[in-house]
Amino acid sequence: MSIEVRNITKHFGDFVALDNVSLEFPTGELVALLGPSGCGKTTLLRIIAGMEIADVGEVHFHGEDATQRDVRERKVGFVFQHYALFRHMTVFDNIAFGLRMKPRAERPSKTAIKDKVMSLLKLVQLDWLADRFPAQLSGGQRQRIALARALATEPKVLLLDEPFGALDAKVRKELRRWLRRLHDEIHVTSIFVTHDQEEALEVADRVVLMNRGRVEQLGTPAEVYDTPASPFVFGFLGHVNLFHGRAHDGWLHVGDVALEAPDQAGATDAPAVAYARPHEIELDRYSPGQQGIRVQLCARLPSDRWHASSWNAKTTPN
Amino acid sequence: MAGSVSNVATTLAKVPVAGTSVAIDVQRNRRSTEEHPAVKWGLIGLAVAFMLLFLIMPLVTVFFEAFRKGVGVYLAALSEPEALSAIKLTLLIAGIAVPVNLVFGVAASWAIAKFDFRGKALLITLIDLPFSVSPIVSGLIYVLVFGAQGWFGPWLQAHDMKVIFAVPGIVLATIFVTFPFIARELIPLMMAQGAEEEEAAIVLGASGWQTFWYVTLPNIKWGVLYGVILCNARAMGEFGAVSVVSEHIRGQTNTMPLHVEILYNEYQFAAAFAVASLLALLAFVTLGLKSFVEWKARAEHEVLPLEAPRT
Repeated sequence: MSIEVRNITKHFGDFVALDNVSLEFPTGELVALLGPSGCGKTTLLRIIAGMEIADVGEVHFHGEDATQRDVRERKVGFVFQHYALFRHMTVFDNIAFGLRMKPRAERPSKTAIKDKVMSLLKLVQLDWLADRFPAQLSGGQRQRIALARALATEPKVLLLDEPFGALDAKVRKELRRWLRRLHDEIHVTSIFVTHDQEEALEVADRVVLMNRGRVEQLGTPAEVYDTPASPFVFGFLGHVNLFHGRAHDGWLHVGDVALEAPDQAGATDAPAVAYARPHEIELDRYSPGQQGIRVQLCARLPSDRWHASSWNAKTTPN
Repeated sequence: MAGSVSNVATTLAKVPVAGTSVAIDVQRNRRSTEEHPAVKWGLIGLAVAFMLLFLIMPLVTVFFEAFRKGVGVYLAALSEPEALSAIKLTLLIAGIAVPVNLVFGVAASWAIAKFDFRGKALLITLIDLPFSVSPIVSGLIYVLVFGAQGWFGPWLQAHDMKVIFAVPGIVLATIFVTFPFIARELIPLMMAQGAEEEEAAIVLGASGWQTFWYVTLPNIKWGVLYGVILCNARAMGEFGAVSVVSEHIRGQTNTMPLHVEILYNEYQFAAAFAVASLLALLAFVTLGLKSFVEWKARAEHEVLPLEAPRT
């Protein structure tokens, strides 16, 4: 099921959590909402789930307006950062919860529930833990159980709020690869929130970059990494070198170096910043007799602000 | 002296004779972390003497005085109509006040712990009010509001209803005095638990009642029970506030604590202590139940994670 949000705005007091956000999440994709804390990504996820109400804007599920729909009617699966497993219930009862809470007419029979729970436990590869309590599980196991619980009611949409945020680095990596494989298996439209760029780039089909309640860029991991749409995206995804200088007549002057910047043809002596990834810069060894070392920027610096092809420069050693 | 002992200990500890060095190490550890035995036993003795004098002896006296004139007198004092009426009234009051405060306490803690709203801090402060106000004042409040000269007095009289110097007044005063017990117990517990489990339940399609019944309540059940036990003990034992609003009409508005006072003032010591012994017994039952609930709650929290988590 596809999800679409239109012109969502949300305030918390004076704080603008979301500022006119419109997005589309195509059916069957795994999309990452990526951004620093406080950028509104979790709020957007909770609005899609129906746990938060937007001040303005609409949420559409499969083309139908679901803005007024209650959380319970939206039939989404939600996975919380801190698992939110029912601590007094066994793993089995946790996963069966959603099925058992259904109205009598829709509720599956006891054996059907048992079969469903056991198949989900097999899916998350933890069928030997059915009788344990959440407190007896490790973090990674808890999150997989939380995922199984969310999938039990067969949601059309799976929403994950920083699903790996509470796990240690090693388990986090294992679990996100596992999530990717699981998604390839079940193909339910999924959105997950993360502030970890590595996680988003590795796992997601598409990445939505958010900052201060706005969408900065939307694209495949390769697109957002290789062609960042804004200085924020550049700085947030991967490492970046900044060259502060002045733009003038299609050239950027950084110290003694002039960089070609055709986008800035109209600029006259305006302050400007150039961005370059570490791997896009090549350093040559210092050879005797030469002044300084040779630096070559070997890749494009694509941005709608300015664009420069490769350049050679000599800098004075200092 | 102390110096020489520790010197010996160090020398001996260096000699790797199995057993000896360990024993001496233990001795040295004790010396550095514990008080002198005289201080230790002195403090323990003082605490025990204090408890005997101020806690145990009065309790023993209650039972001793109650049975001083024999079991016959004791039973007669309890089965006398006025005593029976006081016992019944006390049970009735607790039977109303405790459930009311249970509902209020759970509702208030739910609201405070799971939602953000204007005036939350004020509500938390107000819940504590009965603890900080003298019981006499608690009683007087109701006299001023519902008494003959009070705000609603004339209206109540016109409609032939009696609140003050009648059972409703006693119930109100008791509810007022005992209402923090359950809420106070649950608010920190529910705040610590947060609202995530409830959110999870609702996303999974559970209704409000299902969420409360299957998720919230099981998580707070021991806290609720603990609060109910303390609330009940206070409801049955309350004297001050009840005394103000009751008028001590025998067989009608006399609760057990008030009955004890009346008997005592009339020099019926054996009877007074007999009724008092029932209240003392209630205290024992309360303490026993409280310990059981604490033990049970701890057991549930601690036993589970004992099995090492596996990855």
